[in-house]
Amino acid sequence: MTRRAHVSGSIRRRLLLQLLGSAALLAAILFVTVLGFVRDVAEESHDSILFASATSIMDSVAVNAGEVSVDLPYAALSMLGNVSDDRVFYRVSRAGEVLTGYSDLPAGEATVRAGQPVFETLDYKGETIRMVTSSRRLSLNGAPTDIEVSVAQTQNGQAAILARLSRSALYLGIGFFVLSSALAIWSAQSSVRPLKSLAQAVSRRGPKDLRPVSRPVPSEMAPLVSSLNTFIDRLGVSLTRSEDFIAEAAHRVRTPLATVRTQAEITLRRVEKEENRGSLREMIRAIDETSRASGQLLDHAMVSFRTDSLERADIDLAELARELVERLRPVADLKDIDLHFDSSGTPRMSGDAILIQNAVRNILDNAIKYSPPERQVHIRVAGDGAQARVSIEDEAGGFGTTDTHALTERFVRGENTQGVVGSGLGLTIAREVAEAHGGTLTIETSKSGAGACVTLCFPSH
Amino acid sequence: MRNPLLSLALIASLWGVSASAFEIEDRQWVGPENARALSVISTTDFDILAPLMESFLRNRPGVAVDYVVASSSELMKAIADEGQAFDVALSSAMDLQTKLANDGFTRPHQSSATALIPDWGEWRNHVFAFSQEPASIVVSATALTEAEMPRTRQALITLLREQPDRFRGRIGTYDVSVSGLGYLFATQDARTSETYWRLMELMGGLDLQLYCCSGAMIEQVADGEIFVAYNVLGSYARARADLADRIVVIDPEDYTHLMMRSAILLNDAAQPELAEAFVDHLITAAWSNPPAPEYPFRHPLGAPGPSESARRPIQLGPGLLVYQDREKRKRFLGEWVSALRQE
Repeated sequence: MTRRAHVSGSIRRRLLLQLLGSAALLAAILFVTVLGFVRDVAEESHDSILFASATSIMDSVAVNAGEVSVDLPYAALSMLGNVSDDRVFYRVSRAGEVLTGYSDLPAGEATVRAGQPVFETLDYKGETIRMVTSSRRLSLNGAPTDIEVSVAQTQNGQAAILARLSRSALYLGIGFFVLSSALAIWSAQSSVRPLKSLAQAVSRRGPKDLRPVSRPVPSEMAPLVSSLNTFIDRLGVSLTRSEDFIAEAAHRVRTPLATVRTQAEITLRRVEKEENRGSLREMIRAIDETSRASGQLLDHAMVSFRTDSLERADIDLAELARELVERLRPVADLKDIDLHFDSSGTPRMSGDAILIQNAVRNILDNAIKYSPPERQVHIRVAGDGAQARVSIEDEAGGFGTTDTHALTERFVRGENTQGVVGSGLGLTIAREVAEAHGGTLTIETSKSGAGACVTLCFPSH
Repeated sequence: MRNPLLSLALIASLWGVSASAFEIEDRQWVGPENARALSVISTTDFDILAPLMESFLRNRPGVAVDYVVASSSELMKAIADEGQAFDVALSSAMDLQTKLANDGFTRPHQSSATALIPDWGEWRNHVFAFSQEPASIVVSATALTEAEMPRTRQALITLLREQPDRFRGRIGTYDVSVSGLGYLFATQDARTSETYWRLMELMGGLDLQLYCCSGAMIEQVADGEIFVAYNVLGSYARARADLADRIVVIDPEDYTHLMMRSAILLNDAAQPELAEAFVDHLITAAWSNPPAPEYPFRHPLGAPGPSESARRPIQLGPGLLVYQDREKRKRFLGEWVSALRQE
């Protein structure tokens, strides 16, 4: 099974591209809109000045002594000079007859009605001009007559203004895009952040941690988390079932094994032929080994169960260790092994006394079991308020070159264990107990070099 | 224009007649014969601009300047009506220069030299000013006492009102129907203050003498033929060092119009590059600080002259087209003539 996920695309990249695309589109729309708006405003203001000029010329048209006269006001044309340096043209005509001004100024397409000025863009003298034409009815010798005033201006200045404003609009668009891009990057980052932090939280978990994920997540991630929790749950159930099964199997095997061992011993007493006695002794040894293994499997199952729901109580580690030493002393005496107990400080801690006892017993058991006769085993308990420590040092020759960490794996045994009954579960149980209490198990070569020193270390609270 | 004095009746008749060709007052050739010639039409006397032309030609062997002097209205006629081919036109009549530029007879030009000109000294890169000169009152230093010197138009009116017989036939001004510059000064006066019309009515009753040009008026004042000349180019009068003790040049304290002499580049130029170089040369001479030593006028930005509050610089721009309107011109000349005839 490969641990590498099959990757297809990236949510963050896709989100970022979509946001950048929308930002570019919006910036373009903004640019075009502002440009159009600016163009309209510029044209409108230009038109209104042209119209003001035409109006002031129109106001100067009067009937004097039966003749239409035009007295061009100075401001009519000078006001156009204030807007831009553009060429100015004008014409005043009456019924198609030019009174004054540029007679070749083109006439607009549209017909002009009184009070409704007409604005046109035309070509004149090789340039584009914007022209306004307004009309007014005068009474000449009792008869109505229509006066038309046209004022026109070239659009170079207008074009320059528009170019400047377009540049501003462009800068506005670019600025908008840059800002939106920054926001897009930020929002893409922040939207995948919960996903990342969930992934980190799950991968940070210890190997035994099968608790459901309870951290709050965004609603979009709720289905994922709930399927994950269901999965963890199923995994947990299936693990428990298999451990139960092993414990049950071990238990069922132990009782018949005891019966078989008793029968074998009885038979041993009766049999006299040395050949048969050897076979029986081998048989009893194998039965011992099997029964010890099933005992430790049971222990291990018990430890697993108790660590899942740890019940803590105040424990005096020194008291607990001393009792164990006294209980195991007869076993040690059989091999002439001296057990030296020594405690210092106040090695108090909170934890499950049965589990701690089990762990210490497994280590001490190992030390006695693997020591040759007439050796020393030192049990030292110490506490300094922050930590409670129990170390067991033997003279059994140590673990040699075997990886000391691997020793705590299930069913792994040291190099010097040939000929000794063992399952390889003892140190595993001790380590699991230590870790369930937030402590550690360390295996070192003893100071004298004659054996190993195994230390269980627990935090006091 | 040999005869500077024209009667009112003559003006009126002359105005209706359009001559078949424009009238040249002077024509000078500067530089080697058979050289590539830059043709300039100008209202400025040759002697005044000759040093600038010489400095222009100094580094340009094989180039000459064909310098034609004409009055501003003849200049207008030559270019607008007759389509005469010139490379550059120099004129003191800002309104006519503006009209030529507006009506499409000129071409734009931009260079490092034109960048020297402030905004108010040029119009759409077509009209380039190269001097700023006041419209002054030139008074005979001998005929009038120091106390009588008219510092304002009102003082002049008072003086003329109090002693009509002393000044009868002894006052002069531009004939606005002949001189483009005179017309520009008169229209700007009329636009600025009603005093102008009162002055004209008063002068009209005192046998006002009319002239084509500033030079003639200055000489007549210096000779004692007339005592007061109104709206004379102050720059010309001040330039006549030989007459300095006989004339007094007054920039009126109520307001003094400042005219800008300007250059335009014409469309049908035979020597367009030479024309641009010449205009750049003029502009650089005028607007550099300090101006070139051969530059004949007072620095356009220089301080001495009419006091700050009295300065009325005439603005370049489409406003100047108004008095060039056919109807407006006819009406103005009509009013002007009737003002002079009033009494």
